[in-house]
Amino acid sequence: MLTNRSKQVSVKEMTLAERMYIPALLSGLGITIRHFFTKKATIQYPEVKRYLGPIFRGHHVLKRDEQGRERCTACGLCAVACPAEAISMVAAERKKGEEALYREEKYAAVYEVNMLRCIFCGLCEEACPKQAVYLRHDRMVPIFTERDQVIYGKDRLVEKLDDRYVRNNPDAQATPTEPTLSRSVG
Amino acid sequence: MELTVLVIKSLVILAVFGITLLIATYSTYAERKVAAFLQDRIGPNRAGPYGLLQPIADAGKMFFKEDFIPAQASKWLFILGPCLAMLTALMSSAVIPFGDSIRYASFDVPVQGIDVNVGVLYVFGVVSLGVYGVMIGGWASNNKFSLLGAIRAASQNISYEVALGLSIIAILMMTGSLSLRHIVNEQNGFLQWNVFTQPLGFVIFLTCAFAECNRTPFDLPECETELIGGYHTEYSSMKLGFYLFAEYINMFTSSAIISTLYFGGFQYPFMTQVHDALVGSLGSTIGHNIATGIGTAVLFGKIFFFIFFFMWVRWTVPRFRFDQLMNLGWKTLIPLSMLNVVLTGAGLLFDKFKYATWLIVIVMIILAATNAIKAPRRKPVAVPQI
Repeated sequence: MLTNRSKQVSVKEMTLAERMYIPALLSGLGITIRHFFTKKATIQYPEVKRYLGPIFRGHHVLKRDEQGRERCTACGLCAVACPAEAISMVAAERKKGEEALYREEKYAAVYEVNMLRCIFCGLCEEACPKQAVYLRHDRMVPIFTERDQVIYGKDRLVEKLDDRYVRNNPDAQATPTEPTLSRSVG
Repeated sequence: MELTVLVIKSLVILAVFGITLLIATYSTYAERKVAAFLQDRIGPNRAGPYGLLQPIADAGKMFFKEDFIPAQASKWLFILGPCLAMLTALMSSAVIPFGDSIRYASFDVPVQGIDVNVGVLYVFGVVSLGVYGVMIGGWASNNKFSLLGAIRAASQNISYEVALGLSIIAILMMTGSLSLRHIVNEQNGFLQWNVFTQPLGFVIFLTCAFAECNRTPFDLPECETELIGGYHTEYSSMKLGFYLFAEYINMFTSSAIISTLYFGGFQYPFMTQVHDALVGSLGSTIGHNIATGIGTAVLFGKIFFFIFFFMWVRWTVPRFRFDQLMNLGWKTLIPLSMLNVVLTGAGLLFDKFKYATWLIVIVMIILAATNAIKAPRRKPVAVPQI
């Protein structure tokens, strides 16, 4: 109904041509042989990765602000919002001389995401009042095989200064290889 | 028999045997590739370049699976089933003429396993034996569903063998010989190919060949929803592999027989001219052998086309219901093939006219066209009110 392609089914007697099957068979063979020569929809996954769109929810990142200070104030709203209870943190007070490291007086001394629990729903991102936590669209959490690789601490979550993450960059693409094998949209 | 002839003959037989197995092996790969391409996919491409080692990987996987024999099964019959299926599948390619002849010194050895003068009968005997493999396997499993699948296979094969045989009788009437080589030699000249003299017979034969090979749209012996699996439900490991492999060998054999009976075998247009030119320029031994090679290559081209056609149809047509299958076999194909025989005979009696069966085709087309015109139009597609 949505596609407007629904057909009324009829129980009408088949005509002789239809009962001979051959015309219908030939037209069917024509359809399939056309597909034999069309461009294939397959993307060779591990070698070629598809651009997953600007709103893909991948690897967590703890953003820094424009001056390179950590934005997170360890308010805990993300941990509360998290339906999988994957986030845990320990807050600490900023000392004198650390103003260049943390934006506000309170910061997260420990910030851990358990990647086995995380369901990548993005609710932490929505809950954050400081625009500190994001799920980046261009990077996935790599496969882990050991249990001690599961919990991601600040060393792996905080944005690197030489590898800033920009969400709204329209040019940002996961891989430059994308549309060679896939069909164009539309 | 001279020793040289014996050596050449055994080489030919070994080559035929090996080629049959090789082509059947790569048919499994081709099947998956064709299926993928017809469905806008790429298909196996990880094992070796272009996935060419896929059959070996499949066979390796099959061999390393647990070879299980159910406790209540009849053990020896259970083992005999797949062996019979393989044996009968491999036997029938022995009589197919793959080429003209190999000339060596003063000998002229035909490129054929054995040139028996009842080649067609031999093929039919072996093909009808093929159902035993399925039947014994399904019965020995001591499983109701396997037995049902086997019975389906048996009844289907027996029903379609009748029409298969009748459609060939028309060819035998024209040729006057049961030897496959003779039938091929009779089809010299493009318009002499039996597909042009026997168009209806060809369609019937092709349909029955699909049914005999248990291929879609007639693959009813295998059915997961109705029979859990089919006659090979209880089979595992290489015994199952043999059953599946036998199907591909059968496909190759049927393609070879279709090409031989209806598409002139190793004949191709301007064959004699090419042969004479080669003999003239390269001498009567080398030239003749090269001409034979070309003929064999042409035959294999035809065979490959038909193998592709088998796959093409498989991935296009949905299967028949079992009653539809029986209706088509008994009520349509058998009467039509009888009519075909009668008309061919009438044409041959009346001035050796070979193209008489075109009359049936023309009449059928006219009938279908008038019927389609007179038939009530389908109502325009109703647009549902939302």
